[in-house]
Amino acid sequence: MSILVGKDTRLVVQGITGREGLFHTQQMVEYGTNVVAGVTPGKGGEWALDTIPVFDTVSEAVEALDANTSIIYVPARGAADAIIEAADAGIALVICITEGVPALDMVQVRAYLDTTNTRLIGPNCPGLITPGQAKVGIMPGHIHIPGNVGLVSRSGTLTYEVVYALTARGIGQSTAIGIGGDPIIGTTFLDVLQLFEADEETEHVVFIGEIGGTDEQKAAEYIKSEMKKPVTAFIAGQTAPPGRRMGHAGAIISGGEGTAAEKMEALAAAGAKVARHPDEIAQLVAASFGRG
Amino acid sequence: MNLHEYQSKRIFAKYGIPIPNGEVATTPTQVRDIAVRLGKPVVVKSQVLVGGRGKAGGIKVAQTPADAEVKAEAILGMNIKGLTVKKVLVDEAADIATEIYLGAVLDRGRRRVVLMASSEGGVEIEQVARDTPEKIVSVAVHPFLGLRDHQARNLADGIGLPRAHTTEFMRIAKALYTTYMASDASLAEINPLVITGDGRLVAVDGKIAVDDSALFRHPNIAEMRDPDEENAAEQEAHRFGLSYINLDGEIGCMVNGAGLAMATMDIIKYYGGDPANFLDIGGGAQSDKVAAALRIILAEKRVKAVLINIFGGITRCDEVARGILQAIDTLTVRVPFVVRLVGTNEEEGRRILAEANLITATSLADAAQKAVAASQSGAESRGQSKEQHA
Repeated sequence: MSILVGKDTRLVVQGITGREGLFHTQQMVEYGTNVVAGVTPGKGGEWALDTIPVFDTVSEAVEALDANTSIIYVPARGAADAIIEAADAGIALVICITEGVPALDMVQVRAYLDTTNTRLIGPNCPGLITPGQAKVGIMPGHIHIPGNVGLVSRSGTLTYEVVYALTARGIGQSTAIGIGGDPIIGTTFLDVLQLFEADEETEHVVFIGEIGGTDEQKAAEYIKSEMKKPVTAFIAGQTAPPGRRMGHAGAIISGGEGTAAEKMEALAAAGAKVARHPDEIAQLVAASFGRG
Repeated sequence: MNLHEYQSKRIFAKYGIPIPNGEVATTPTQVRDIAVRLGKPVVVKSQVLVGGRGKAGGIKVAQTPADAEVKAEAILGMNIKGLTVKKVLVDEAADIATEIYLGAVLDRGRRRVVLMASSEGGVEIEQVARDTPEKIVSVAVHPFLGLRDHQARNLADGIGLPRAHTTEFMRIAKALYTTYMASDASLAEINPLVITGDGRLVAVDGKIAVDDSALFRHPNIAEMRDPDEENAAEQEAHRFGLSYINLDGEIGCMVNGAGLAMATMDIIKYYGGDPANFLDIGGGAQSDKVAAALRIILAEKRVKAVLINIFGGITRCDEVARGILQAIDTLTVRVPFVVRLVGTNEEEGRRILAEANLITATSLADAAQKAVAASQSGAESRGQSKEQHA
């Protein structure tokens, strides 16, 4: 059954008529994702790709077509509002792809979501994919194959890199999820590890962290105390100089907190296998499946 | 985006936080005139965006206008950690009885804005956190409630502030939170917040960092960006929307995505090389952006080889390939390129590059090893190309 998205996903695309929204809707439909509706305020009654009805509001899409998952491609200044609108419409899972959402908007969004039953993934993330069932995001679908490795990462292209290497070795994935690189995100490493630990399809977890913050250390505590499934980990940014920001707002080292070395140590101490470079991740996973 | 001290303090003042009287100057003569107008001893403070200005000799007290002019002559033009001082702030010297710290910052773990106070003012808060963490008190603010009276009072009591100052301290703490929210800050700190001999509280020094993602709704703050604080390459990168950081190695890197860019640097290091830069072209880059990225990388004389690692998703490999060709056509390329293109339109991309005679790679490990080898045999390959020309 994998996690969060699959055959039961009924997706509504917020911002479906925009350039990015439309392009990726087509890609998701081609992959086999069940895209039931789109939303663009002021364009209700139109059709996207000739087959997908467009509504003015998310709640109309939920009422008419029972949408249960939303993906957001709206520009940064409207992203926080789009997330809250989806939550108010009763959407259970919201994926926000949008990059550059102001951090204080996300502080408000998170505080509001705590009062609802909605789970947010992102923002500034590639989304997630359950190979062979549903692609809810912007990742290239064809590099994935169904299988038993669950991936969680803060990064987009680095995740594709690792998936590509796994697929090349014939190792498939249960679900691959990018949680986003921003300081305030909806779903953390810890949340995803708990989901993978409980998922019957997932036998092995690949965990791709970055410098900055302490989320990886919190995840390491969980791996140590609760997780029974094997974990292979990598931390990007071992060569990053302290105090410089490397693109992701999250990737800041300050005051000796959140370095790659600290995180790698914490993960190794928790019993995870820690790769020294990205190509080693697939090698370690293959070895643990006896295919090294 | 980091603001200068004088810019930060002007914003503080706008929200009701008391600051010393003062003005900004760019010449020693102006400094003397300001000191005359203030009519009191002054502090001449270099305005550069680095810490440790005082230790570097960039902050001096002057008793008279003539003295201020002399001090300004020494400070203007001074080099502090690689930055040249072009502006100074001339402030009325405060009569300092006590120094405390008051700051607001986003706490990722708690997902809240946190206000921190410490009795150890005038010292970097990171150092206090290391040496005497028990001297820092903090409260997390719920975004729907704002900073409550009891929280501000807890800060005052927590640092042992004399009761006589509690009301004014609470007012300033609330004003700092308002400043933070209204400016979309990622950091706003007053250090030190001074209690003067006559019992007033004054923000003698401070800084604000603003969330770059929120600058669209603060055009007045965006205008405060000081181009002198970025080097030429960083300015050009900024103009093209590239994320670029100059490092000290020899292998130039062009990658899409911050995580993959960092991982590419890591694997170069693993195979014995040193990355010359971090460069993320972002998602969906067009060919002109790719060409600009290569121009920035090649402008750095240290670069002995370039590694291009693209995993196409939103980014299309054919667009990247066209950008590489565009760069090769317009620039003098004196170093070998190692190119790895995977993902969206990769075959088209490889076809475009087939005739450019570049080193290609399939896996990331292969690409990194080839780039390291190319950077180490750089002298030989240059010799070969000379022979070819002859």
